[in-house]
Amino acid sequence: MTRKPDLRILLGTYGVVIALLALIAFGWWRYDNFVGFFNITSVLRYNSMFALVSLGMCFVIMTGGIDLSVGSTAALGSVAAALASPYGILPGAAAGIGVGLLVGAINGLLVTRANIMPFIATLATMLAASGSALLLANNQSVSVSYESGFTALGQGNLWILPIPAVIAGVAYLLGSVVLNFTSTGRTVLAIGGNEEASRLMGLRTDAIKFLTYLASGGLAGLAGVILAAQFGAGQPIEGVGWELFAIASVVVGGTLLTGGVGSVGTTLAGVLLLGILFNVLNFENGMGWISLSAYWQSVIRGAFLLVVVIIQARMVTRPNAPA
Amino acid sequence: MIALALLLVFNLIFTRNFATVQTLNVNLTQVCTIVIVAVGMTMVIGTGGIDLSVGSIMAISGALAPMIFLGTIFPVGPIGPAVALAICVALLAATLLGLFNGWLVAYFRIQPIVATLVLFIAGRGIAQVLTNGNLQVFRTPEFQWIGLGRPFGIPVQVLIMAAIVLLAAWVLRRTVFGRAILATGGNERAAELSGVPVSRVKLAVYAISGFCAGVAGLIVIAINSASDANLVGLGMELDAIAAVAVGGTLLSGGKATIIGTLIGALTIQLVRYTLLANGVPDAAALVVKAAIIVLAVWLQQQGRAR
Repeated sequence: MTRKPDLRILLGTYGVVIALLALIAFGWWRYDNFVGFFNITSVLRYNSMFALVSLGMCFVIMTGGIDLSVGSTAALGSVAAALASPYGILPGAAAGIGVGLLVGAINGLLVTRANIMPFIATLATMLAASGSALLLANNQSVSVSYESGFTALGQGNLWILPIPAVIAGVAYLLGSVVLNFTSTGRTVLAIGGNEEASRLMGLRTDAIKFLTYLASGGLAGLAGVILAAQFGAGQPIEGVGWELFAIASVVVGGTLLTGGVGSVGTTLAGVLLLGILFNVLNFENGMGWISLSAYWQSVIRGAFLLVVVIIQARMVTRPNAPA
Repeated sequence: MIALALLLVFNLIFTRNFATVQTLNVNLTQVCTIVIVAVGMTMVIGTGGIDLSVGSIMAISGALAPMIFLGTIFPVGPIGPAVALAICVALLAATLLGLFNGWLVAYFRIQPIVATLVLFIAGRGIAQVLTNGNLQVFRTPEFQWIGLGRPFGIPVQVLIMAAIVLLAAWVLRRTVFGRAILATGGNERAAELSGVPVSRVKLAVYAISGFCAGVAGLIVIAINSASDANLVGLGMELDAIAAVAVGGTLLSGGKATIIGTLIGALTIQLVRYTLLANGVPDAAALVVKAAIIVLAVWLQQQGRAR
């Protein structure tokens, strides 16, 4: 497959960045405090959890897989982190990330060893993680310890930047380096492009696929740690629908669900685009011109996804589609 | 099949009051909506697709019907025609939403998982916006008959379920349309070249799935005598997909069995009932359900590899 820098494909990939900038410009022009310190940090703080989950999802999707378990893994991670939080910041974080890695490892084994379709394997672990979270938390939210300083992971600042945003930023930087400058990253895309061919070329497809699920689980666990720290409690029933939010962000970011094509940077743009869309909606409500109930959020989110996938279908698959 | 038999035996021995009509009724009425949705899902999966939007479509159909027969949208006359109208409109809306899914999949060539994700996200929102998120409570025996009526002692929804299952099984096995579904799922390109109207088949299966979800939505609200847009059909897509997978339908398409789906749904329901009846908490039942799904699909894989 030759990949020419086709204008349409470029637009498909970077359209999301343009849309994001346009949205920010619109907000800047229309609302007083939109580009204000408080608003920026709160948007970043809140969306960093989704950003982490979406990053893992992005890697899994690039191999042609999917990870539906991220939402309940984050919930399980938040419960584990809250339970371990009295022992300090590190044990709390380690517990959350640890259970995330565990779920990720199970996903990876089911997909690579048992050859179960990613969709089904992660659907099953989604149920299992959600059940485990409820069991572990005794069906209620688990308060975190405020003495050990654990909440700083979600509420604290590093200089003027919210710590969750810093964590997400570092994760994206690492993700971008891995994808673009290491053989692992190139293998991820090769597997998504044509798994059989990659295997025959001698690439360690199973090991790399396992790694993507492991990373996705770990990142979901980390998101759970931040969730617990930010809201002061481990939430066994949080995280419902996160997987779909993450998939939506990845798709909006121009990564193809069939695998083989993707970018870490535009995934971040996708997360921010969807996040800021709601921020704009809140501001618009605040202006008093219109009043949209919270229920409109999901309608608008869905409509937005619809527009993006239709544009992508027109731009990307048309040139290759059989006439 | 064997698993189901084993479960039955286990229950006969260990669960108290298992072999009673009441237990049968409880299990059957609980499993009805899952089976009905799973039948539509089986057809969609048979073409190699998937429908994530069923739960949201249930919510929309469940939100629309009471709005009509309660006269929230426009004043209605006698209750009989109003209920009939409400059922028709709700089912029509559900079918149209299914068609919309099919349209995205067939004509825009969007992957089914993404195409139906749109309605999964937006659909529940639409239902919530319609009702403003409020609970709609009603006491309309004419309508609730589909959830609570018992001609000859058999719950109406069980009859509806049986009718849908039999019809679907017949369509899938004995009709050209049924063969076309499996041909599309087996090898789409080959099917298209040999004259199967692939696009129209896809439109049809998603419409059918939408219709089935609509029926299930009506049954749920009829049983509850209330419609809550936030809850109707929540998580249904997972239950339905699980039933289909456990029933032995290939998730990659090309092979599908309605009876298998029925058995799959019954198995999952019975496992849940067995655990709950023997005092295992609901959360642990989730973990067991996950294990069953993985085991069933894994066994399927082994069977195919041999």
